[in-house]
Amino acid sequence: MYASSLFVRHRSLTVLSSLSVLALLSLGVCAATGSVSLPLADLPAAVAELLRGAPASLNASLVALRLGRGAIAFVTGASLAMSGVMMQALLRNPLADPYILGISGGAAAGALGTMLLASALWAVELGAFAGALGIALLLYLLARRDLKAGAAQDGGSALLLLTGVMLSSGCMALVTLMLALAPEGQLRGMVFWMIGDLTAMTPTLRPWLLLAAASIFALRVARPLNILALHGDTAVTLGVQVGALRRSLFVCCSVLTASAVASAGSIGFVGLIVPHACRFAFGPDHRLLLPAATLAGGVFLVIADTLARTLAAPQQLPVGVITAFVGVPVFLLQLHRVRRAR
Amino acid sequence: MIRTESLELRAGSRILVAPLDWHVAAGQCWCVIGRNGAGKSSLLQALVGVTTPAAGNILIAGRPLATWPLVELARQRAYLPQARNDAFGYQVIESVLAARHPYHDAHFWDASDDHDAALAALQALDVADLAQRDVRTLSGGERQRVAIAALLAQQTPLVLLDEPTNALDLAHQAGVAALLTGLRERQGKTVVLASHDLNLAHAVATHALLLMPDGTVAAGTIAEVMQPALLGACLGHPIEMLALRGRTIFLPAVASA
Repeated sequence: MYASSLFVRHRSLTVLSSLSVLALLSLGVCAATGSVSLPLADLPAAVAELLRGAPASLNASLVALRLGRGAIAFVTGASLAMSGVMMQALLRNPLADPYILGISGGAAAGALGTMLLASALWAVELGAFAGALGIALLLYLLARRDLKAGAAQDGGSALLLLTGVMLSSGCMALVTLMLALAPEGQLRGMVFWMIGDLTAMTPTLRPWLLLAAASIFALRVARPLNILALHGDTAVTLGVQVGALRRSLFVCCSVLTASAVASAGSIGFVGLIVPHACRFAFGPDHRLLLPAATLAGGVFLVIADTLARTLAAPQQLPVGVITAFVGVPVFLLQLHRVRRAR
Repeated sequence: MIRTESLELRAGSRILVAPLDWHVAAGQCWCVIGRNGAGKSSLLQALVGVTTPAAGNILIAGRPLATWPLVELARQRAYLPQARNDAFGYQVIESVLAARHPYHDAHFWDASDDHDAALAALQALDVADLAQRDVRTLSGGERQRVAIAALLAQQTPLVLLDEPTNALDLAHQAGVAALLTGLRERQGKTVVLASHDLNLAHAVATHALLLMPDGTVAAGTIAEVMQPALLGACLGHPIEMLALRGRTIFLPAVASA
């Protein structure tokens, strides 16, 4: 009849292990496909060679290259999806996404500003990171009333949301201004950055460390997060430190989003679609939803990026185009199914 | 159980209640009565710590509200807010299990005795058959009963309810009235409720706190303060009190033509 506690645990374990297997599979597909196709039979040997530390053969260097990019895709998708779940719980609005508060706008302004001045990749990444965190800080100062406990009686966060939307518009105006002023030669790179592109990125440890820290935080707050999502401000009467939880969620979301956007540009839809699909499939309990959406977000972006570099090969598409092409119909379909089910 | 010292509540610059020195002893049931906007909900929100009062002190079980660790406090008192706004599709059983959080804040999953407590609470409110439903698909009255079930599952000696019979049909209004009486008489709980239903108040409460339009209060036993003249002044409309087969019925007086 109803889901007993043991059943819930088993189900969560099954879902998470299936998603982990799926993650490995997606990375395998990512390593095997490309303009030079690699027979699946050769894949284990190439990976073994890679693990020994010296990729000498052509196969091994191909796998190294593709897995490096796949890893960026995975960590970016996972960060965005986790951040999306948290943002939706923070705003108590299932339509929120990590970009809604203007953090990606800040990153775009920072990245494009840096591109105008210097073109080194690390500088652009740093500029994006700084821009995103700058906007997050500004937002925190302007809307800290909504991040306190007992601020919004209905549990909504209108001030935070509206301030974020305004800051986002401001950033977009700044971005448009820079695009208008930029020399012809830089326009293509700038536009690609804004759509979200994994072509030129080098793998670093930074996003993985941030994702690991965020995952520990996510598992610690999953339980109180359910109470906050259910009750808003009234969660305090169930023993939840509402103000502290809201502030730490905001910081975690901002850092995760900034990290993801800095390494891959503002890839859309991952932070909206993946949490939605996971909530639809596995229910809204954050103890399962947070890790499930994190894994699913990674898988989704690895597959999308594999498509992005193979669909029009040798031409590479920006991955943001793929996520939007997949995301828009999936979202609309889900919206209509949910409306019908009610 | 609850004591307030010079408690002052404001809505913006408007003073709702000031200064309130009030004592709710263990085992009593108080009903807060007043017009719309008189500060009933604000008083309850301040008492449970959702909002901070403009001035004054609130003591729960002799200890100032601010010095209680939140989780410990959540094992002392439960609160039913006036309205709910469900953003996510939690199942009914999950929304009731959430009320067990104060007992398990250090654990990740719920225990099976939590499930038992949650199911017992759902049964007490006649909503056990809804356990699997999405809370967003419930009717107003069903949602209200599920929320009261969650309040019971929290198993606290002190409960505060803001308009508990809101949206309930007649049968379930009577059921909740009997439940509230049972909580006090059989389980020895202390109850504070805010309600517009004078007949419910008279039936279940031992005491009443009347929030008067001029910002003063009248507090006392039901027999002392639930008098037509005082209630009429409190609510801004003349009230008639009738005795009917040993029960007391309150009705708004009809203006004579």
